[in-house]
Order: sequence, then structure tokens, then C-alpha cells
Amino acid sequence: MATTTNSAKVTLPADTQILITREFDAPRHLVWKAYTTPDLIARWWGGEHGKVTSVEVDLRVGGTWRYVLTANEGFEVAFHGEYREISEPERLVNTEIYEGAPEGVGVVTTTLTESDGRTTLTQLCEYGSREVRDAVIDSGMESGMQESMDALEQVAVSLR
Amino acid sequence: MAAMARAATTTDAFNAVAEPRRREILDLLAGGERSVTELVESLGLSQPLVSKHLRVLREVGLVRVRDEGRQRFYRLDGKPLRSIATWLAPFERAMSGRFDLMDDVIAELKAQEEDNDGDDDQLGEGHAPG
Repeated sequence: MATTTNSAKVTLPADTQILITREFDAPRHLVWKAYTTPDLIARWWGGEHGKVTSVEVDLRVGGTWRYVLTANEGFEVAFHGEYREISEPERLVNTEIYEGAPEGVGVVTTTLTESDGRTTLTQLCEYGSREVRDAVIDSGMESGMQESMDALEQVAVSLR
Repeated sequence: MAAMARAATTTDAFNAVAEPRRREILDLLAGGERSVTELVESLGLSQPLVSKHLRVLREVGLVRVRDEGRQRFYRLDGKPLRSIATWLAPFERAMSGRFDLMDDVIAELKAQEEDNDGDDDQLGEGHAPG
């Protein structure tokens, strides 16, 4: 059990950005490990929304990643991207594409800073337009996600 | 109207708070009403620049203004900000849910590292979630 209850802070530094900040009660090499190791990612990435069914990580510049989640409601959600910069254990830059809307490419810069044995994780997510950024927030992996998945399913069914 | 098209970049609260200096002004005003002079001093910016930012904040309804004698006072109006907070809340909850689970993973890693006396190259298997 975690002894700290820190909530993630979300701010919007610019029209096309989302900044997520969260503090962890651990040195950063452990946060890095939890953040980049496939079987560990599988345990947290889904949050409360479902079960992570697949995690592929090829952690090298130009390497790709792909995470798949089966949501509690039964539908599947997948994201993938490419690693652009890796400096363990402090900085990771990767692209992020939601496969339900692949035209909206995000660039996520994750930074880990350590102080007194605690680590602050920041994720700066940058999108090609404000519309894409807003859509990411709207999805929130909650109701909006369900709607877009339903829409996607209908399209898929119609293509059969 | 050309002026409208140009103004569109700052006519909503989302855009107005995107500018770091304007967020600083809002932070100061969160502590209570301030005169322009006080804001200029606290921010270390020129008065015309501060006035420019205040004008933008006023246009989107984030600040209210009051004149008293020769002084002009500004105070925060949180309503437009609350709508951002409301909009962000589900996303923030989703992220929090994710990082709360990460806390558990990290707590385990920490315990393992302490057991191994600082040797962290072995990661225990068999820790079923939940």
C-alpha cells in the first residue's frame, strides 16, 4: 500500500499542451523503472478504467511502444508511439497516438526530478492543434472515450 | 471585422491563462485585491505591460476592476477558472487513478531494493496486482 495520497495536477500551459505533475515517495530510478518496465506498466497504466492486456516496449531511440487496455465496459483501447529521446533516469520523449483517432499525434516529454528521496514526475503533452489537445482532455478515458469507441465500432461494423 | 478575428486568440479564459505572466497576476490576485501599482511592484514588469495583461484578463472576465481616487484596483473572479477546473476534473481523475496504482508498484520496488541492500537488478516476479 502506498503511504502517500498525492493527486495528479493537470494544467494547460499553452493552447496545444497539457502538463501533468505527480510526486512519488521514491527515488527516481525506481519511478523510471515502474514507468518503463512492461510488466510493471501493465499494473498501473489502466488506472481504474480496465485491465491492461498488452504492453510492448522497445526502449531505444526510434523504438516503438504499444499499450492495449480492455476497459471495464468491455471495449479495447490502444495507444502506440515511438521513442525520440531517452536519458535514464531523468527524461523520456515519445510520441503518443490513440489508435481510435490516429491523426492526432501527441509528443510527450516525461521528466523525473529527485529531491530528498522524492521524485516529481512531469509529463508535458504537446499536440498539433488545440482541437486535438481538447479532445484528449474530453476523452479523459471516461465517457468521451466510450462514445468515440462506440462510433469507431459502428464504422468498423459498416466496413465488414 | 478584422479586430474580432485578431482578438479571438485571447477572448476566452483558456487562452488568457495560457500566458505565464497572466497566471502570475491571477496568483497574486488570489491573495486578495491589488492595485495596479502593487501588481507592477510584485511582478517586476513595466506598467504598460501589466496593464496590457490586465486588459486581457478583464476582457475574459477573470478580473474585476474598481477605481478609488487615482488608484485602480483589480480582484479575481474565479468563475471562468472554475469552468476550466470542471472540464479538467475527469481527465485529472483518470491520471490520478493511474498514478495511484504506480505508487503501489513503486512501494514494492522500494521494499525489494531495501531487502537487497541497494542491489536493484532483480525484480521480483509473482506480485499479482491487487
